[in-house]
Amino acid sequence: MAEKPTLAVWKFASCDGCQLTLLNCEDELLAVAERVSVAYFPEATRAVVAGPYDISLVEGSITTPADAERIQEVRAASGMLITIGACATAGGIQALRNFADVSEFLSVVYAHPAYVATLDRSTPISAHVTVDFQLRGCPIDKRQLLEVLAATLQGRKPRIPTYSVCVECKRSGTTCVALASGSPCLGPVTQAGCGALCPKFNRGCYGCFGPNDTPNTASLATRLRSEGMAETDVMRFFRTFNAAAEPFRVESTAHEHSVAPREGVIS
Amino acid sequence: MTHKMTSGSHVLSVEMLARVEGEGGMHVHVQDGEVRDVHLRIFEPPRFFEAFLRGRAYTEPPDITARICGICPVAYQMSACLAIEDACGVAVPDEIRLLRRLLYCGEWIESHALHIFMLHAPDLLGYDGAIEMARDHRELVESALRIKRAGNDLMTAVGGRAVHPVNVRVGGFYRLPTHVELARLRPQLVAAREEAIAAVPIVSGFEFPDFDQPYLYLSLSSEHGYPMESGTLVTTAGLTAPVSAFGEHVVEEHVAHSNALHSAFDGQPYVVGPLARYTLNYASLAPLAREAAEASGLGPTCRNPFRSIIVRTVELIHALDEAIRLIDGWRGAPMAAVPVPARAGEGHGATEAPRGLLYHRYRIDDAGTILDVQITPPTSQNQSAIEGDLRTFVQANLHLSHDELTRQCEVAIRTYDPCISCATHFLDLDVEHL
Repeated sequence: MAEKPTLAVWKFASCDGCQLTLLNCEDELLAVAERVSVAYFPEATRAVVAGPYDISLVEGSITTPADAERIQEVRAASGMLITIGACATAGGIQALRNFADVSEFLSVVYAHPAYVATLDRSTPISAHVTVDFQLRGCPIDKRQLLEVLAATLQGRKPRIPTYSVCVECKRSGTTCVALASGSPCLGPVTQAGCGALCPKFNRGCYGCFGPNDTPNTASLATRLRSEGMAETDVMRFFRTFNAAAEPFRVESTAHEHSVAPREGVIS
Repeated sequence: MTHKMTSGSHVLSVEMLARVEGEGGMHVHVQDGEVRDVHLRIFEPPRFFEAFLRGRAYTEPPDITARICGICPVAYQMSACLAIEDACGVAVPDEIRLLRRLLYCGEWIESHALHIFMLHAPDLLGYDGAIEMARDHRELVESALRIKRAGNDLMTAVGGRAVHPVNVRVGGFYRLPTHVELARLRPQLVAAREEAIAAVPIVSGFEFPDFDQPYLYLSLSSEHGYPMESGTLVTTAGLTAPVSAFGEHVVEEHVAHSNALHSAFDGQPYVVGPLARYTLNYASLAPLAREAAEASGLGPTCRNPFRSIIVRTVELIHALDEAIRLIDGWRGAPMAAVPVPARAGEGHGATEAPRGLLYHRYRIDDAGTILDVQITPPTSQNQSAIEGDLRTFVQANLHLSHDELTRQCEVAIRTYDPCISCATHFLDLDVEHL
């Protein structure tokens, strides 16, 4: 029998939730560990096996000069490089800095901004190196993660749908929250994968999985406006965990100009 | 390699701490038998949540602050909700508080099971990690995974998913769980409670260094039982104060020997987390959890961080027992959420994250726009104590070899279950890569 393929898990700017999803595969974790050799996964083990690695899972976005160099080393040491989650795939929540002045952010949070090395933009892994597969989600879905790992081990393409959350919603027989209760919902422009989770909990989708394959964001924005949503609220609606994903970035920016100045609001 | 640690210059250094959440390292400098400098080094990139939140709507923090930490998102959601409801002058009805407590039990179960069995136990059994440990202790690891799964399934039923739950909103929830959804969880929770009780002799049977530390402990204390989703501040110095007084007592100070901002409570280093909660709230533990504590040989207080694995196991039993009790007592609620109209003001919220007290403060305007935010996570509050422990521990153990002492320091840091992803707001940012 050939040697087991090696798996490495890397972290950049992120919350750890996507790599935790791997540890959350309680029923499958030990089976996965039998099929691959876990060669680098600091959150789970001190053991470090030197690269190269057959499969690298990369969590987090690039936000510091040091990380921009480190991702090059990770790419060079990896066979298949798979990004896991919205940060690695689209820049994540950190990409809210892309719309603002980072030096101001620094002074809000840190007493000594000069000590903090940071870039003015949060960028996805694919902006720096070639990525073999990008798994969406904030966080990723564990069934999709297992499908990507299984497909990679079997040498086939992962079966990950790129249609919208609406398809999942209809298939599961979930009532449309946008039509039935007027909840603002990004489902029509968001990629499936979560199992239409928010509509099942009586709320509109908020876009964790990023834009689907054919997102008509302008049409959705027009509808939201016609139902009374303010321009700034439309802007913020598209600007959360996948704010820098291109269709969402373009749409949120289109609603930016009308942001009213906020000084003098509070006495 | 056998240099003596008692003379000359030595640096104990761990480039990348394993089995902690987030990325950090450790740096201890020993000169002629004297510990000179101790740093918990953080190279997790800064993430600016307090800045992102300015200008957002007051309804957004439960979803946004959850993204600070994938391991304890519920803690962020709960503290955010309490602080914003406080700013708006709304107190949620008891049914909603109970459902929050139930969701929180799920997070405690998941997070504690992860730390006890997968992050901490490998140190005590001599493995690099749980996957390696499973080769020889498969039953223990499988049992741990079943307990962890019971917590995750509870979070999924009440919150929608285990990482970044979708069902939490300011004022309550988007949808109430059905009786059937909750009843389905019961057998699994009962089985997990048995397995957690069975783990008590294992975790209390390890050898622990004698290392009682004199720190001040801070936790919440609640009339509703062992503190989780609500409460007031209490300390081992006998102070009782409302959560709104947090900022009057906790000050971040500059320390001459380093550039770290160290949290101090009334000028003293202090500790939050399981040891603090246990010591300050022993009497409100569920009877089964207290029996487990007695069987393990813990007294009503615990001051040795190395024994935190036992305290976490007692709290794990408590959370499982509490979840079962809450499910059995659940009578439904008239509504999933109460209205929380915006009004200008400031609000404070604190809850007990698995790693300790998590404080949020928000200032909003009449339209509900967020003007200012402060988030103080448990790990940044514990940073001084962790560094203090390393200093004391290294000084007392200079007879050990360099490698063994370095390894033991790493173990000492892990006993706090530090969450570096959470703490990057405030922790010492050591940009110098040694």
